[in-house]
Amino acid sequence: MTANKEDTNVRPSLLIVEDLQVEFDTYGGTVQAVRGVNFSVDQGQTLAIVGESGCGKSVTVQSIMGLIPAPPGRIIAGSARLRGHEILGRKTVGGGEIRGAEIGMIFQDPMTSLNPTMKIGDQIAEPLKVHRGYSARNASLEAVRLLELSRIPEASKRARQYPFEFSGGMLQRAMIAMALSCKPSILIADEPTTALDVTIQAQILDLMLELQKETGMAIILITHDLGVVARMADEVAVMYAGKIVEYGSANDIFYRSAHPYTVGLKEAMPTNDPARQHELKPISGSPPDLFAPPAGCGYCSRCPYAMQICSESPPQNNGLHDHHSASCWLHHPRSGIKPDTLFFGDAL
Amino acid sequence: MGDLIEVRALTRFFDLGGNQFVHAVDKLSLTIGEREIVGLVGESGSGKSTLGKTILGLYDKTDGEVIYRGGVLPQKYRPTDFQQLATKMQMIFQDPYSSLNPRMTVGEIIGEGLRLHFNISESDVKEQVVDWLQKVGLQADHMSRYPHEFSGGQRQRIGIARALILEPEFVVCDEPISALDVSVQAQVVNLLGELKETMGLTLLFIAHDLSMVRYVSDRMAVMYLGSLAELGKANDVYFNPKHPYTEVLVGSNPEPDPEFEKGRVSTSIQGEIPSPVNVQSGCRFANRCPKVLGVCREKTPELVPMKGEDRLVACHLVS
Repeated sequence: MTANKEDTNVRPSLLIVEDLQVEFDTYGGTVQAVRGVNFSVDQGQTLAIVGESGCGKSVTVQSIMGLIPAPPGRIIAGSARLRGHEILGRKTVGGGEIRGAEIGMIFQDPMTSLNPTMKIGDQIAEPLKVHRGYSARNASLEAVRLLELSRIPEASKRARQYPFEFSGGMLQRAMIAMALSCKPSILIADEPTTALDVTIQAQILDLMLELQKETGMAIILITHDLGVVARMADEVAVMYAGKIVEYGSANDIFYRSAHPYTVGLKEAMPTNDPARQHELKPISGSPPDLFAPPAGCGYCSRCPYAMQICSESPPQNNGLHDHHSASCWLHHPRSGIKPDTLFFGDAL
Repeated sequence: MGDLIEVRALTRFFDLGGNQFVHAVDKLSLTIGEREIVGLVGESGSGKSTLGKTILGLYDKTDGEVIYRGGVLPQKYRPTDFQQLATKMQMIFQDPYSSLNPRMTVGEIIGEGLRLHFNISESDVKEQVVDWLQKVGLQADHMSRYPHEFSGGQRQRIGIARALILEPEFVVCDEPISALDVSVQAQVVNLLGELKETMGLTLLFIAHDLSMVRYVSDRMAVMYLGSLAELGKANDVYFNPKHPYTEVLVGSNPEPDPEFEKGRVSTSIQGEIPSPVNVQSGCRFANRCPKVLGVCREKTPELVPMKGEDRLVACHLVS
């Protein structure tokens, strides 16, 4: 549980997720999408969850938000505590609604996440009326203020327009306005800039950082783009095959990568730092079948450092220093390998 | 190294009716040398894909011409033109989900070009299809399967095999890696690199991932609202951009390096790419440009060579 910083002498984390496990029933069998995930987020901090398609990163946050359709989905174990109160499988905490009020969320594709038949301003006003009891008039005034907060020009005119009249970047701003309407303590952003151009991505990321400074909210950012992680994250969780394989500060993950998968991801993408130029090294093979996850480490069939034990039993989470940790047998105290030689950060 | 493709003042408008036109590609000129990889970057809506498709004749040219090995290609392709040119020029499409016919087997998809263009026995087709499946890292028994049985990366390889089995000289790769995961992107990029070496391919590589384009390309072309802003050696353009738009693009490109990212001053610009309908005169980037001058709104800058440098820039600040 190195991911949780309860042992340090600071106040307890805002959100603590422990041993989260989620399954889905399909015609082909049961998919074990999330297989025991632990992390925590502090106020004012950004946690990035990184991983490739199908690694379970979206399912993890959707479970916290109560957005997993059941059936076919099922949270089979684990807990998520917001300020000490369990929220998994619940709609309210301490009398307040979780979804939309305590935790706001923005999605990858703003075009399909908004109601095309409702005016933008009305959509932003809706959570205010539902969660905060605003009158219709006050809610629409507040909606305009929120659009201004998201740096949308001519906000009062824009509030009366429909989603099709907005560009992708403007829609994502409107989504952020909506997610922040009830002043949530946590903003979950699921690939918020994947559908946007780099110039618009930079605008949206800047906006999120500014609003975080103003409101002190925590951000859980889901992305597959290591560049976005580097710009935004304080802490990083690298996910693979339904588990967090490495966890640490952004500098730990980028400069002292400890898990072979993190190293593989870095070597598979080009760098523009002349001192670190390298040939692209693809990760061979494909992720394991989560209908029947492997007995050992999920990455072992693709791992260049795999040992016999890796295919036999799952690695424990090995603490490295501070709260940097990696689930990898190479870092087991009895692996006989000196920890220093295991930091692959200089491999690039 | 001679020029394989020369694009001269190529123009492609789309008629919206009511005397309104989308200026998707507007008097754009570009040469692509033999065995060269030219990377094409720009925001969505800048006309990258339209340029690629117009060069290949998939769209008719509104004006201008494309010259291939000294010969002018037709303004509007007839079926016989496609028949002749398909063995020389091919395209790899962006979306590996919608660009493969779901009712054809992989063997039929990859072998279709051979059957259409060459008088070739079915056993020879099969032999070549198997050969290509292996070249792109798939297996011979994948032939009889359908596209839905493959992952995104595998489908992109099928698209590559389909385009390259005719051994074309020139291939337009329209965002061949955007739909793929990082680890698979590297596989596809390395594969294209190997095939370029072994087959002597010339590529127009369209993408919005600047780091990847810099890595892949010999030269990089930056496109904005239908015309080129800058063209030069990929490393020069990336590390020493001359056009303010290129500066903005590079400055917005997040690097996988937290200390660099957190130390850098935000260079993001306000506003978005304007509508390409009825573009007004002057520099197209003028209303977003941080360095805009009075002349920029009046006179359209030409893409001209920079003194003493192997670089073309369309900006009044430079010329």
